[in-house]
Amino acid sequence: MEEDKSLARAESPVLAFMAKYSILLILIGLCILIAVLSGGVFLRIGNLLNVLRQISVIGIIALGVTMCIITAGIDLSSGAVLAMVAVVVASLVQTPDAMDRLFPGGHPWNLGLVIVIGMVIGLFLGFLNGAMITQLRIPPFIATLGMMTFARGWAFIYSQGRPRGSLTDQFQALAQGSLLGIPNPAVVLLFCVLLTYVILQHTMWGRYTYAIGSNLQAAIVSGIKTNRYLLLVYSYAGFLYAISAIVLTSRIGSGQPGLGLGYELDAIAASVIGGTSLAGGLGSAGGTLIGALIIGVMKNGLDILNVSADWQQIARAIIIVVAVTIDVRKNARRS
Amino acid sequence: MSDEYILEMAGIQKSFPGVRALKGVNLAVRPGTVHGVMGENGAGKSTLMKIAIGLYHPDAGSIRLRGKPASFVNVHDALSRGISMIHQEMSPLPYMTVAQNIFLGREIKNKLGLINHRAIDVEAGRILSELKIDIKPRQIMGKLSVAQMQLVEIAEAVSRGADLIIMDEPTSALTEKEVAHLFSIIRSLKDRGTAVIYITHKLDEVFAITDEVTVYRDGEFVGHESSAELTRERLIKMMVGRTVDQFFQKETATFGEPVLEVEGLTRRGYFRDISFSVRSGEILGVAGLVGAGRTEVMESLFGYAPKQAGTIRMRGKPIRINNTYDAIRAGIAFLTEDRKRTGLYLNLSVRDNIIMPSIRNNLAMLLVKHKALRKICTDAVASLRIKTPSLSQPVMFLSGGNQQKVLVSRWLATAPSVLILDEPTRGIDVATKSEIYKLMSNLAKEGKAIILISSEMPEILAMSDRIMVMHEGSKVGEIDRAEATQEKILHMATGESLSTFEEKRYY
Repeated sequence: MEEDKSLARAESPVLAFMAKYSILLILIGLCILIAVLSGGVFLRIGNLLNVLRQISVIGIIALGVTMCIITAGIDLSSGAVLAMVAVVVASLVQTPDAMDRLFPGGHPWNLGLVIVIGMVIGLFLGFLNGAMITQLRIPPFIATLGMMTFARGWAFIYSQGRPRGSLTDQFQALAQGSLLGIPNPAVVLLFCVLLTYVILQHTMWGRYTYAIGSNLQAAIVSGIKTNRYLLLVYSYAGFLYAISAIVLTSRIGSGQPGLGLGYELDAIAASVIGGTSLAGGLGSAGGTLIGALIIGVMKNGLDILNVSADWQQIARAIIIVVAVTIDVRKNARRS
Repeated sequence: MSDEYILEMAGIQKSFPGVRALKGVNLAVRPGTVHGVMGENGAGKSTLMKIAIGLYHPDAGSIRLRGKPASFVNVHDALSRGISMIHQEMSPLPYMTVAQNIFLGREIKNKLGLINHRAIDVEAGRILSELKIDIKPRQIMGKLSVAQMQLVEIAEAVSRGADLIIMDEPTSALTEKEVAHLFSIIRSLKDRGTAVIYITHKLDEVFAITDEVTVYRDGEFVGHESSAELTRERLIKMMVGRTVDQFFQKETATFGEPVLEVEGLTRRGYFRDISFSVRSGEILGVAGLVGAGRTEVMESLFGYAPKQAGTIRMRGKPIRINNTYDAIRAGIAFLTEDRKRTGLYLNLSVRDNIIMPSIRNNLAMLLVKHKALRKICTDAVASLRIKTPSLSQPVMFLSGGNQQKVLVSRWLATAPSVLILDEPTRGIDVATKSEIYKLMSNLAKEGKAIILISSEMPEILAMSDRIMVMHEGSKVGEIDRAEATQEKILHMATGESLSTFEEKRYY
C-alpha cells in the first residue's frame, strides 16, 4: 500500500498533464477528427455557435445534475421538472387568443414575473427532492424517480395534455437574440457554468458539497450541517432546470408536457463524461461543460456527415464508454 | 514435515517505478510456529506478503516452499499450494451462510453437478468444531461480528488445506476477549502444524503470541530473533532505530483552570452518569476495554451522537451542544478513531481535508479566502512534516501516518481549546507515533486541554497526567499519573473499583 502509493508520485509531468486534462484532449481530438472528415464545414463560426446553442439546454441541466452527483446523489427528475416549468411558463406568455383556452379573457403576463415564477417552481420542486432525501431519508435515486413521475404527471394535468403554443414574440425573442455574436442560449449556459464554478470552487457551500459526497460521516464530524447543504444543492439543481426550461420553451416557441423526455440521462452522461464520479466527491462545472460539448460536437459532426439518428445513438454509446473508460483508467492508475 | 522451513524467501528485491520497495530481504518461517512480521509503514512488509501470496512477482531473490524452489504464478497458485492470507479488510458475502462462504468457489457437487448443500454444511461444521470455533455452518455471515467473520476466514484457509496462514493486523478491530479467543485459535493452528505469519503494530501481541520475529525497515531486513529472547526496548529499536525514552516524549505542563467540565452525561444503552473535567495543559487519559463506552461518551459530548442528560461547561460557562457545529464553535476538536469512516475525505485533496471545519472562519463576502487557507495548509505541512508531493494530492495516496497528521492539522486549524484524541496512533508507523506524542506534549504546554482515549496501555501510562477508567458504560474511577500502573488500570477496567482493588491488596 505504502509502496503502491509512491507510484502516483513517480508519474511523469507529461502523463500527469494528460491525465488531468484527458477529457479536454478527447474533445480537441474529436473536433480535429470531425473538422477533417467534414472538410472544414465543422469549423465555420456559424456552425460552432450552433453547437453551443444545441448543447445549452442539456448543459445547463447537467450542471445541476453534476452538483447532485458530487454529493454522491443523483437527480432523475430534471427532464420532468423542465416540462413542468415549460408548460407553466408557456401558458402565461401565450398570445391573448391562444390563452383563452386556458385562461379565458387572459392576457400574457409580465415577462420578468413569468421568468421568476418559472424559477420558483424549479426551486420548489428541487427543494422537495432535497426534503425527501434529507428529511424522509429516501435514497436520492428513488426520491428523484418519484419526482420525475410526479412532475411529468403535473405537466400533463396542467397543460391538459396539449402543447401550449402561440407564445408572444417578446418571449420568443429571448432565445433568438445574441450578445456579442453569441446566441443567447449559449450566453445563459456560459453564465450558468460560471455561476456553478464559483459556487463549487469559491463558496463554503461548494466545498461542503464535495465533503458531503466524499464522506458524509466525516462531513458531519467536521461540523457541516449536511442536511442544509444537501437541500441547497437539490434546490439549486431545480433552479437550473427551470432556466433550461425557459431557454428551451423560448427557442421552440411552445411549452409541451412531453418536453425533456430522457434529458435526465443525457445530462448524467454529460456530467460523467466530464469527469464527475458517481461515487461522489469528484466533478466540476468546467468538466461538465466539456462533457456536454463532447456530446454536442459529436452530434453536430455526425449530422454534417449525414449519419442517421439511429446510428448516432450507437456512436453516442461508444463515446460514453470510451470517455468513462479513460477516466476510470486514469483514476485506477493513480490508486 | 522433514524440512526445517515451510517458506523461505531470500534476497527478495522488488522495485516500483521510482521506489525500491524491497532491497533484498529474507524471511524464513518454520512449520507450527507463529512468526511475527514487524516494521513501520513503508518498511516493505505488505510488498513482501504480496509476493508470498503470488500477487506480485519479485525482481530478484529466491522462494523455497517446503524446501523446494517455487515461484507463484498468481494468487490461486499460491492458494492451491497451501498459502492463505486473512486480510485486514474482509469481504464476505453477507447474505450467504457461513458454510457457503467457506466453500465459495469450491462448492461440493452431487452427481447432477448441483451444489450439495448438506455436504457443505457437514464439512464446514467439522472444520469449525475441529478449530473449536463456536459458529454454526448455517448462520448468516452478515449477522456475525467482525471477530467471528475473521474466524470463518481462518476456517476457510484450513479447509483449503493451508499450512501457512498470513494474518494482517488481525486484532485491529477486536475486543480484548475476542483477541484472547483468536489467540487460542492461533495456538490450535500451531498444534496442527500450521505456520502463521502474524503482521502487527502492537508490541504486546508480539510477545503474547509469536515464537519468532522478523523486523524490516525501509525495505531492508533488520533482524530475525526468537521472541522469548527479545525485549520490548530492543524491538522498538530494531523497528525505528532509536530507544524507548526517545519514543514517548512526555513533558508535564503546568495546569491551569478547568477548561471543559462534564457532569452526569448519559446516553441510554451506551453509558450513564459520566462526569469529568480537564484543565488547560493537562492530558486526561481515558482507559477501558473495547466496548466500555469511551468513544461513545466523546461522540455524545461532541454532538455527533445523541445524549439524554448531562451538563457541559466550557471555562465555567454552561454551553449547549446539539450538533458537531456547536461543539467546534465552542472550541472542541475531535480526532475520531476510525480515520477512514469518520475522518478522511479520501478522494479529496490534502488541502480540502485540512480546511473543511475552518472554511467558516475564512470567508469574505460569502467567498472562500483561498489564500489564507492555503497558508494554514502550507504551515501545517511544514510544522507537522506531512509527506505529500503537493497540497492538491488526494489524501488517499498518503501513508497512514501522514493521513493522521493531515487530520491532526485539520483540528489544529480550528484553534481548539479542548482536543479529544481517540486512538490517535492506531495503525500508524512507530516514527509518526513518536511525533504525535511529542506534538501532544507541546500542545499541552501551549495550554490546550487534551483528552486521550487509547487501548494501548503503555501509551496511556506514558502520556496521561490523570487517567479516567471506564467499565461497561460507567466511570469506575480516576488515577493520578504518579499512582497509575498497568495492573491498577486493568483491575478497574474489568469492573473492580479502585477501593476494592486496594482492599484486596492490603488484606
